[in-house]
Amino acid sequence: MNRLLVENVSRHFGGVQALEDVSFIVEPGTIHGLIGPNGAGKTTLINILSGLLSPSSGRMNYRNHDLHRLAAHQVAAIGIARTFQNIRLFPHMSCLENVQAGQHVTSRRSLLPRLFHLPSARREDRDLCERAMAMLARVGLDDKVSYQSRNLSYGERRRLEIARALSLNPSLLLLDEPVAGMRQGEAMVVADLLRSLCREGMTILLIEHNMSFVMSLCSRITVLDFGRVLTTGTPAEVRACREVIEAYLGTTGEPHA
Amino acid sequence: MEHLLQFYAIYGSVINFIGINALLALSLNVTLSAGMLSLGNAAFAAVGGYTAGILSLRFGFPYVASLAGGTCAAGLVGLVIGLPVLRLKGVFLAMATLAFGEVVRLAAVNLDVTGGAEGLTGIPNVTTTWMIYLVLAAAAYFIAMLRRSRLGWGLVSMREDETAASSLGIPVTYYKAVAFVIGAMLAGLAGGMYAHLNYLITPRDYGFFIAVDLLIYNIVGGTNIWYGPILGAALLTALPEVLRGAGVTAGPIRMGINGLILLLVILFLPNGLASLFARRRSSAVKAGA
Repeated sequence: MNRLLVENVSRHFGGVQALEDVSFIVEPGTIHGLIGPNGAGKTTLINILSGLLSPSSGRMNYRNHDLHRLAAHQVAAIGIARTFQNIRLFPHMSCLENVQAGQHVTSRRSLLPRLFHLPSARREDRDLCERAMAMLARVGLDDKVSYQSRNLSYGERRRLEIARALSLNPSLLLLDEPVAGMRQGEAMVVADLLRSLCREGMTILLIEHNMSFVMSLCSRITVLDFGRVLTTGTPAEVRACREVIEAYLGTTGEPHA
Repeated sequence: MEHLLQFYAIYGSVINFIGINALLALSLNVTLSAGMLSLGNAAFAAVGGYTAGILSLRFGFPYVASLAGGTCAAGLVGLVIGLPVLRLKGVFLAMATLAFGEVVRLAAVNLDVTGGAEGLTGIPNVTTTWMIYLVLAAAAYFIAMLRRSRLGWGLVSMREDETAASSLGIPVTYYKAVAFVIGAMLAGLAGGMYAHLNYLITPRDYGFFIAVDLLIYNIVGGTNIWYGPILGAALLTALPEVLRGAGVTAGPIRMGINGLILLLVILFLPNGLASLFARRRSSAVKAGA
């Protein structure tokens, strides 16, 4: 089953209930949004899905793998890649090297052929390099190949992190605020990229606070508030949902003393 | 030619020590390149040295078999120590590995089989200069190629950011253990060669100061490329002799001079002496592009 299934996932940190009985389904080949006020548990959920945290209870399934049993590197190996809200690039590597480092699960890079300088090793390295270059071109960083990643602008770093995640050849991409801090034009470029990835069959789950970005891009949206799912539905349904409006704007009709 | 022979007759032992120290520095470089601050490599050299020495002396093993035995023993100890210790990070890992070094030293002092405080004497003197440099070249080549392998990419990624590395599919814990064992084996090999170079190995040979020296070689030379630790080891091992040649008796102030060099490198060449070469090369690449 290619759907991402999240079932009754809860997670607490000590006495703080970060997630409570979270359930939703991400259909394959769609862009699914995850929104909610700050502290709603969105990033915690992404961390649990990607294996960096384990849930206190509940289960998650993707392509017949029980995600809640897998460590982060195993999650990556079954085709789930992610980016980070606070951008975790490799600062002392060039853009190209960052993307090449992301090819860990899609490459062999065996030691023995390299020790003997076999042509197969050279061929693989050339092939991987070309694929990394193509990935950089796809996110529009082909003119910054040899730049150290720490010298990039904020938006460029976000795009580089997406390129690195894409070099895992993922079927499911988890993006934690992919356009945070980007200008509108730059965000539109990312939106176009995500749409084209989706057309190629990739499933995308993304957290974003930029509402016009989320509403125009996602076919379905899950709204979290205080660790619980308020609703899951199409952008129009979510916009009309009374509880969502209350979560974002506060309850109406209550006198503010 | 005659001058060369004369030079070798006088400085042969320094040349040998540069080779051994460079090999030890390289062994530490494997773990450093993954961002692990381990100070246990001197102790692994002691394990390898004592094992190889005992195999030669007490069991009559041929040289190569003794070296192989020492290398494997160090690797095995590395695995046993590594599994619990590698959960620690940064300075805590350094402290734990340092403590392990003391355990090894105390064991060597107190055991009968290691010859106690006087050490193991009468080990056949069969290591020669060309052997040391052949092994050094092979180790340097191995490490250079390792860096291009999947493991090498993983190790460097882990140094940069462990969390991000694990999300890229890199099995961080497993790779740490592998790097630790490879480093331990290289150190064990160096220790075995050292034991067969000097007739003897004593508990003092691979104590605290050597453990720290290995780290200094790496920092001074640079950890990012295979020839960095070799440069650092060569410079700092040869320096006292060079100073003596210049009429300065470096003995008592050797540590001070090492410290000064370390300070200067950290302040002005944070990527070590090797970055002098690497910088020239990268600017050539940019000019060509």
